[in-house]
Order: sequence, then C-alpha cells, then structure tokens
Amino acid sequence: MSLIFRLASRNLFQDRLRFIATIVGIVFSIVLVSVQLGLFLGFETMVTTMIDHAPADLWIVARGTKCFEDPSLFDKSNRARATSVAGVADAIPVIIGFSEWSDPQGGTTPVFLVGSDAGGLRPWNIVGGNLADLSKPGAVAVDRSYFDRLGVNGIGDTTTVRDLDLHIAVVTKGIRSFTTTPYVFAPLARAQAYIGTPANRISYLLVRLAPGANVEAVRGQLLKKLTKVEVLTPAEFRKRSRDFWLFGTGAGAALFGGALLGVIVGAVIVAQTLYSSTKDHLTEFATLRAMGSSSFYIQRVIISQAMLSAVIGFACAACLDLVVLVSTANSALPVVMTPRLMAWLFAITVVMCIASAIAAIVQVTRIDPALVFKQ
Amino acid sequence: MSQAPVIEASDLVMRLGKGAGQVEALRGVSLTLNTGELTLLMGPSGSGKTTLLSILGCILTPTEGVVRVCGKTSNGARAGDLARLRRDHIGFIFQSYHLFPTLNALDNVRLALDVRGVRGGVAIDEATEVLATVGLEEKWAARPSELSGGEQQRVAIARAIVGDPSAVLADEPTGALDGENGRAVMKLLATIARDRSHSVLVVTHDPRVVPFADRIICIEDGRIISEERRN
Repeated sequence: MSLIFRLASRNLFQDRLRFIATIVGIVFSIVLVSVQLGLFLGFETMVTTMIDHAPADLWIVARGTKCFEDPSLFDKSNRARATSVAGVADAIPVIIGFSEWSDPQGGTTPVFLVGSDAGGLRPWNIVGGNLADLSKPGAVAVDRSYFDRLGVNGIGDTTTVRDLDLHIAVVTKGIRSFTTTPYVFAPLARAQAYIGTPANRISYLLVRLAPGANVEAVRGQLLKKLTKVEVLTPAEFRKRSRDFWLFGTGAGAALFGGALLGVIVGAVIVAQTLYSSTKDHLTEFATLRAMGSSSFYIQRVIISQAMLSAVIGFACAACLDLVVLVSTANSALPVVMTPRLMAWLFAITVVMCIASAIAAIVQVTRIDPALVFKQ
Repeated sequence: MSQAPVIEASDLVMRLGKGAGQVEALRGVSLTLNTGELTLLMGPSGSGKTTLLSILGCILTPTEGVVRVCGKTSNGARAGDLARLRRDHIGFIFQSYHLFPTLNALDNVRLALDVRGVRGGVAIDEATEVLATVGLEEKWAARPSELSGGEQQRVAIARAIVGDPSAVLADEPTGALDGENGRAVMKLLATIARDRSHSVLVVTHDPRVVPFADRIICIEDGRIISEERRN
C-alpha cells in the first residue's frame, strides 16, 4: 500500500464519527440519485412498453399525437388506402382509450382499453388462457397484478364496462401501466364499444412492410396517400412518447431535479467533512511542506481520502440500491438499474467526492510551512 | 573536521508585518554552516532565532540579503523551488516533533523518503537502518502515542536525516524533554554532525546543550552579538 494511501486512509478512519457521517452523506446522496435515475429508466421503459411490443414497422397516427396514450383518432378508411401502397403487407387497426370498469363488488375503476385484432397489438406474457380465447364474445385480457384493483380473482370472472358484459379470458403477468390505470386488452370492435368510440374511428394503424420494402419509400408514399395523419417509425414514436411523458409533463425534470439535489447534498456533506478533516491535520500537512513535499503530493493525500470515501460510500449505496431494486420490482413503477447506470453512478460518486475536495485542496495549497514553528 | 559551507547567509534582513506594526526581526545577519559541525543558535525569546532558522531552511525568504544552500540561492525562488531545496538538502527537527500520529515510527521515517520519490523496499531498508542509528530498530511498529517524548524526538531525528540531507536544522529539540532525554538527543545530534558529516544547527535557549556544540552563535534583537568556537 502506498504511503499516501495509508496516510489518507488513516486520516479518514481516525475520527470514526466523522467518517460515518461522510459515508452516510455519500450513501444518502447516491441512493437518492440512483433511485431517481432508476425511476427515470423504469419510467422510460414503461411509457414505451406498448410501442415496444407492437409488431409494426411503421405507425400511422393522428396528426399531432403526443404519445401512445393520446386519445386522438382518425378514420379507419385510411387502412384501405394504406394497404394499397406498394410495400405495405398489412395495416392493422388499434384503438386505445379510457373507460370505466365496474367491479363485481359494486365499485368502479378507470381502465385503459387496448383493442386490436389478430396480428395487431395483443397481450403478451400470458400466464392464464390463450390468445384464441379473446375471440369469444365478451372476452378480455387483464394483468394479474391488477386483480385487486379490478375486483376479480382470475379467469372466468365477469363484470361490465360501460354496461357491456365481459369476462376475464386471458391473464398476463407484468403488463403494468405507469399511469397505474390497468390495461384491458380486447378485440378491436369490442374495445371500441367499451370505450364508446364509433366503429369507423381508430387510434393507430400498425403497418407491416412486405419483405424487401424500403421503409422511407413506403413512408413517403403513405404520406402522399393519407391525410391528417403522421407516419412514424417505432423509434420515432418511442422518442415522442418519452419526450412527452418525461419532459412535456415535467416528470423527467422532477426526477432529474431530485437526482441533482442528491448530488448537491452529497457534495456539501463530503466537502464539509473533508474540509474539517484537513483543518484537523493542518500541522501534518505543514510538516509535509516543511519536509519539501510538493503541493501535488499533499493534494494526492486529500484526493485519496475523497476517492476512498467514494468507493466505500458507493459500495454501501449499491447494497441499499439492491434492496430498493428488489422491493420495487413488482410495483407500479419499478426502479431499474443497469450496469451502465451503476457505472455512471460510480463516476458521479467519484466526481462528487473529488469536487468536494477542492475546498480542502485550496486550503492545503495555501498552507504556510512556517506553521510548524508556531505549534 | 570539514569546513565546506553547506549554508551561507549574508546580510539577512527580515521585516515582518506592515506599516506601524512592522518589526525588523533580522538586521543584517551573516553566517555560514559547515559540514561536520554542530552549531548552536542561542538567544532570548523574540531575538530572531526561529526566523533565522526558517530563512536558512528555505521556509521563508528574507526581505534583503542572500541565502545559498549547497551553492543554490533561495532568493526570488518560488514556493515549489524552495520546497525542492528543502527536499534535496535540509532535514528539520521540531520542538513538538510533528510526527504523524496515525503512522508508525517506520512509516513516519519513510514519509521523508516518499516525498523525495524513494519508495518500496529501498525506502523500507533505508528507514529501518536510520531507525537503528537512533536506537529505535525494535520500536519501528510503534505509533507516536506509544513512544516516550525522547523516543518520539529520536524518530523525528531519524526522519530528518533519512534522506541524507546536507543540513539538519533543529528548533528547540530538547524543549519538551527532561534532562536525560535532552542530553541523549543532543548526543545523537552531535554524533550525526561528526560521524555522518552533516551540518547541524540547533536553535535553543537551553544552556544544558552547550557542551555538545562545536560553535555557539548568540543572537539578540535580530543581530548576531557573539560567535564562539569550542574545542
């Protein structure tokens, strides 16, 4: 172990209370930052989950649609015009919209209907029943995590939506909405009825291209033939949805604001403890200066202290993050941690701790070696 | 005894403070320190002893006058250059030792090598050898709090001489020690001056250290008032 690192670690551990305060500060800060950024990632994934699972090469959406949940509609007659374009294999209609679910106990709860026929946007992660069951009259699919909200227990349970009878025919796992409003999947026509939308109005057309068709060429032709719609690639629709929910609503700003606050709080705590530790060891640093050490040598001692605090603090924070990760896994908005996020968090921790050392470094850089004769 | 000058100072003037509160701590001091000599710098409190030691040790630069350490002048040098002069040529011993309380005796000595860029096994061997020179080879693992005052000062001496500097400057090295430990420390410093051919300057007002000196310089009101060579 280098002597600089040994000196740094001993300085750090000498005052246990201060060391604990430093680590608690870093852990608090990094857990706050990681939860905020983890929520951001979770949110980012959840707002595009329907787009991610739709079998579309292109999306035809009403002009000005801001996100998947946007209730804008356009005329279903566009489907015929779309399928007449060379390179389009199929264009499958999708309807989305909110409705009111009457639970068997007599209450009501809002639900988000997703209606589409075979080859369109259908439920996935099926753990009860099968897709073919959805073609039966009144059959719908719901996620099991919403059973309590919907007042049902599983397949076969019956209830009504807008006074129309339905029964649970398919159960999924893990299709959760970030709005906390349960998704209900149904065939197109029944979903239109549950929402109260005329049969000639739809939300989207999922365009499947013929093999070898050029996406941009098809998009250009679609735009020429269709009116009052936009044609988006899945990536463009994903970005539009994310931008709307994360930045258009202020949710992303709130999450980033929380993360920034975490960094600031952590930096202030680390800076304060490093500064006071440096003050306590001023005579030692002055002695090093009198011995002829360079400023950089002393700065390395302080930076080593900061780095050591960062590594220990990050390790503790990572353990707590794991707990947060597990405990939110089945929640409406799970915190998502990726190796990349962890790498970023470590970098943030190190940068925060080193930046916090600046005040202490300035202090020792200005230290007068003559101090050794005054004490 | 060699008489090659290690430190030469001529016409040193040091003014401290500004305006009406300005004090002339040194008023035209000239002296040389030679290898193989233990020089005592004696004088009452406020006479300018420590200021002179700081200037000779390249910690302060004089208002006027010239200091040469091993032929290199400290005048006009920047803080980094002064640090290099100290690192290459000077070892310090302080009244209150200024050992690092969290490091053991060996690491305290190694630190003086570490700042010079000497590391690893070479540094450990050299530090161990110097600890043996000061009679503390058995206590290399002890922290300062586990050592007596005399032992702590011997570790400080080991730290001062480990890089084999040309000059060792000691500020009241016996000030915090009892008579027996004080004599032991002075004996060690005299041995270092003679056997290891260092120039040792001891700032003191302790008359008990006089028998160990080769030369005694008395300073008062910022001026050298007498210089006596012994033996």
